[in-house]
Amino acid sequence: MGVPIRQAACLLLLCLPLAAQAGGGRLLATGGLTQLEGAAGGGLVPWAVLAGYGTADETGGTIAISHTVLPDYNLSMLGLAYTFYNRVEISAARQSLALDLGSGTEEIRQDILGAKVRLTGDLVYDTLPQLSLGLQYKRNRDMDTPEAVGAERKDGVDAYLAVSRLFLGAIGGYDLLLNGTLRATRANELGLLGQGGPDNDSYKLMPEISVAVLLNRSTAVGYEYRRKPDNLGLDESHWHDVFFAWFPSKQLAFAAALVDAGSVGPYDSQRGLYLSLQGSF
Amino acid sequence: MNRFATPWLALALAAMLGACASSGPTRDDSLYQALGEREGIEMLVDGLLFRISENQKILHHFTEADPGRLHRTLTEQFCELSGGPCTYSGDDMVTVHTAMRITEAEFNSLVEDLIQVMEHQRIPIQAQNRLLARLAPMRSEIIGL
Ligand code: HEM
Repeated sequence: MGVPIRQAACLLLLCLPLAAQAGGGRLLATGGLTQLEGAAGGGLVPWAVLAGYGTADETGGTIAISHTVLPDYNLSMLGLAYTFYNRVEISAARQSLALDLGSGTEEIRQDILGAKVRLTGDLVYDTLPQLSLGLQYKRNRDMDTPEAVGAERKDGVDAYLAVSRLFLGAIGGYDLLLNGTLRATRANELGLLGQGGPDNDSYKLMPEISVAVLLNRSTAVGYEYRRKPDNLGLDESHWHDVFFAWFPSKQLAFAAALVDAGSVGPYDSQRGLYLSLQGSF
Repeated sequence: MNRFATPWLALALAAMLGACASSGPTRDDSLYQALGEREGIEMLVDGLLFRISENQKILHHFTEADPGRLHRTLTEQFCELSGGPCTYSGDDMVTVHTAMRITEAEFNSLVEDLIQVMEHQRIPIQAQNRLLARLAPMRSEIIGL
């Protein structure tokens, strides 16, 4: 785990008592979690929902850390997001991928700046589901390995359109959350292996979905699927996860997931555990 | 049109008409039952009005409300909405909430009160969600007016 991320984890714990004094006017869990690139969403997929619990008259945000343990990699993420009037979300995230090379570990870091605008609709109310448009600017800071495997460049922008809706009582009385996201990207492994490659260097449209059921007021279980392009010709896999999320209050959320990242770089069968902690303020 | 399709279409239409005709008299009161019928709903409204009276975020809207009437009309409304044998005798939502300028956050605060009461009264999560699903479409007739 990278040092800045570890420091940030301490910071997050220090901030929690502060966060405990806030609390926006949206309903519990409607701010979602923080996905791997720092936007409000599930674990993998950015959703149309905006970070935090602020309504049209409020502002608020989140700070989150996550850690994914795979057989040959560890991926840490620290993300900050802030939402203005349930309309615009801005976010910043640092990812750190540690590769276990046997002879030692190598670290690949990436910074991501995100913006998301709610175009229309609402997650829970009104006729239209929530529809948002997002951008993620990604800059890889450690290009040695990405270049060695053929990445064309270190930075790039992903654009996505996401639609989310919570259907109250829809499945035998349980609430059902559906999210569909369509992303235009040319990132390799989220950008951790740079952008573009010998097999493809143009934008591809990649669908991503999340389905979740709320078991009670504060817990949800769900499934996510995220398609990824294979620009490097390394058989890059689509990702899936099955997650469990717990929202003990509007200030805190925990999530745990079993992630199947398939083949990543030279290693295949990368299945592991994802854990995240989010504070909202 | 394909000549094979026509009889199927006629059959489907007949089935749909039949379904409409027969759904009239039998009303689904399973939610009403799950909420504990009239008695359960009255307790729910008691609890809700009590929580509102303690909720500083929204209490200021209720200073001139008539609690007796509110108790009666809310009970009728929940009863009718849940498929129970009641008729709502209050005014329509727009008329009642006009000029209050209720915000999204205030609306959700009342919903949270309702959820707390339902949790407290151990109403099953499925019934809670089904009631909320029937109240949610009213939001646009309540907020921002
Ligand atoms: C799902 C949400 C809501 C429902 C179903 C609802 C329903 C009702 C009903 C049935 C009445 C009685 C009407 C009558 O007696 O004619 C009423 C009155 C009232 N409502 Fe709501 N309401 C909701 C949300 C709110 C919210 C969020 C507020 C304020 C924060 C609010 C403030 C009031 C007030 C102050 C009255 C009393 C009006 C008076 O007596 O002059 N309501 N509401």
